[in-house]
Amino acid sequence: MSILVSRDSKVIVQGITGREGTFHTESMKKYGTRIVAGVTPGKGGTRIMDIPIFDSMKKAVQTTDADTSIIFVPPRFATDAIFEAADSGITLIVCITEGIPAIDMMKVKKHLKSIGVRLIGPNCPGLITPGECKIGIMPSPIHRPGRVGVVSRSGTLTYEVISQITEVGLGQSTAVGIGGDPIPGTDFVDCLELFQNDPGTDAVVLIGEIGGNSEERAAMFVHDHMSKPVIGFIAGKTAPPGKRMGHAGAIIAGGKGTASEKIKAMESAGVHVVSRLSEVGKTLLRSLDH
Amino acid sequence: MKIHEYQAKNLMKQFGIPVMDSRVAESMDDGIAIVQDMFDSGIKRMFIKAQIHAGGRGKAGGIAEIRSMDDAVKALNRILGMRLVNNQTGPEGKIVHKVMIVEADRAIVQELYAGIILDREHELPLLLVSAKGGVDIEELAVKHPEAILRQSIDPWLGLMDFQARNLAVDLGLTGKTVDFAIRTFTGMYHMFMNLDCSQIEINPLAIDPDSNMFALDAKVALDESAFFKHPELKLLHDPLEESPLEIWAAKNKLNYVKLDGEIGCMVNGAGLAMATMDTINHFRGKPANFLDVGGGANTETITEAFKILLSDNSVRAVLINIFGGIVRCDRVAEGIIRAAQDSAIDRPLVIRLAGTNAAQGMDLLRRSGLSLETACCLDEAAERVVALANEGVNR
Repeated sequence: MSILVSRDSKVIVQGITGREGTFHTESMKKYGTRIVAGVTPGKGGTRIMDIPIFDSMKKAVQTTDADTSIIFVPPRFATDAIFEAADSGITLIVCITEGIPAIDMMKVKKHLKSIGVRLIGPNCPGLITPGECKIGIMPSPIHRPGRVGVVSRSGTLTYEVISQITEVGLGQSTAVGIGGDPIPGTDFVDCLELFQNDPGTDAVVLIGEIGGNSEERAAMFVHDHMSKPVIGFIAGKTAPPGKRMGHAGAIIAGGKGTASEKIKAMESAGVHVVSRLSEVGKTLLRSLDH
Repeated sequence: MKIHEYQAKNLMKQFGIPVMDSRVAESMDDGIAIVQDMFDSGIKRMFIKAQIHAGGRGKAGGIAEIRSMDDAVKALNRILGMRLVNNQTGPEGKIVHKVMIVEADRAIVQELYAGIILDREHELPLLLVSAKGGVDIEELAVKHPEAILRQSIDPWLGLMDFQARNLAVDLGLTGKTVDFAIRTFTGMYHMFMNLDCSQIEINPLAIDPDSNMFALDAKVALDESAFFKHPELKLLHDPLEESPLEIWAAKNKLNYVKLDGEIGCMVNGAGLAMATMDTINHFRGKPANFLDVGGGANTETITEAFKILLSDNSVRAVLINIFGGIVRCDRVAEGIIRAAQDSAIDRPLVIRLAGTNAAQGMDLLRRSGLSLETACCLDEAAERVVALANEGVNR
């Protein structure tokens, strides 16, 4: 079992003919993901890696009956690509693109909520159900099928943690990168709820960072609704206030969004907070013993 | 991106938010000429305000009241070029390169606060107002949260008149001040949405005896991701507000933030970069910087990153932590070796590679003949780099 994506997911790649789009489509296809179509306006009717290309999402969905899309288009066109996917009947959109204006995302999110379409990202590595389906840009070999859910605002930090989970002999049910932007399409709470209800997940690893209060909200959800163990790690204990640390959303603003606030909230909600990155795997094993 | 008060006020004018007349001077001569000009036009009182990207300028001596040419000369002499230090500038402070000279004849009967932020929790623009203007709003939010009134705005509907009116009425405003308030709040909202701001703050928002409203101070931050929509806003960037290393890094599309420690770090990915800093800190070292070379680290980016790290004199040792995903570690190792050969590394270097082809990458590094150390895991790498940095001091 898994959340959000499985071997049945039928995926369209928006921006399939771009450098990133082509590169990662090949990797996803190799992993076993059912890539049923690509969309690049102006290149409809051609094929790439034997995948049919369409001029519009509408045509692509009508022809292939896809349910999921992944977006690799540049930021300038990405907001339109999300709306286009949502309008085409797709129910899960994964947006890899970094650099979508925050105000555009506010509008996107409000609209998607009203029509019941889920967005993962933007500015994220995507998601993977190991052994079944990868819809993203993460390195495939570090993953292993298993029963630990992973949700994270980060990219390489997530790979690091996933490697640890795999190294201690466990695997992942699904790993979701929700992205480093201030307004993510899907947040920690959404994923925690899905993992709590997934019979294939025994524990969840949550990787947060400075900025915003989504970790605090996640802590509240864990306290009120979760019976499965949750292991938490927060990056940015040494980050100075007022400076953006790489991710658009990673900033301590007006004294809010510090690592210590988040750690405190998570600890008091019963999350096993790991203070050092290298100890995530060990802590996870311990939490599963109890 | 933060912008200066005078730039913020120029933008506000375009959205119908009243501001007092002002001009900007970058030199003593300019400043004196402007003040003279303003006196000649009948203005009797002005303020000279340091233009830096930080608040709390008044208490730190960055603002002066001017009633005579003598006042002006003294103030310009003192403020232009001063190093302004307060809790918002950090311990190193900020050098004042520009001042704004603003008319201040109008009497003020009340000072309000008005601001719009992106409310990350509710994912909506949030309009904040208070009848207690002119004070530190973050402090007010802690001590008297009830003194701050809030209105969330639906970005598809916009700020409706009645919402702005409700705030004005709840602030205790009456008569035509209510209309001025509606106009000001609506102007702020349009500016926020149309220019893709991440923050707008008017503090204080002043009311004169004739019930007119105007922005006495202005703080605006812009969303850099939206510059493709408004290329003209890019020109508001002031390179003097950033450290030269930060500008150098930005030119090479590297995410770099200067910190006050002594261990230079080079990491791929923002989250891992922060976690690396935290690990260094755990072993009682202090990171000299945050540096994310991005997911696709190649020889060019690594070379530039090396140059930036090594040109920072406070760096006593360097830690490279790369998790090879799509970019294989053997390629990263080749990049590091070539970059290290090019940049004449004169300080201890510890490298930890993990992920795809990590073993091959580490092997290449060990056989390179370069003076560097490799570590199998992040903890070992961090502990070692801290020790090497300390050795450098004791030597």
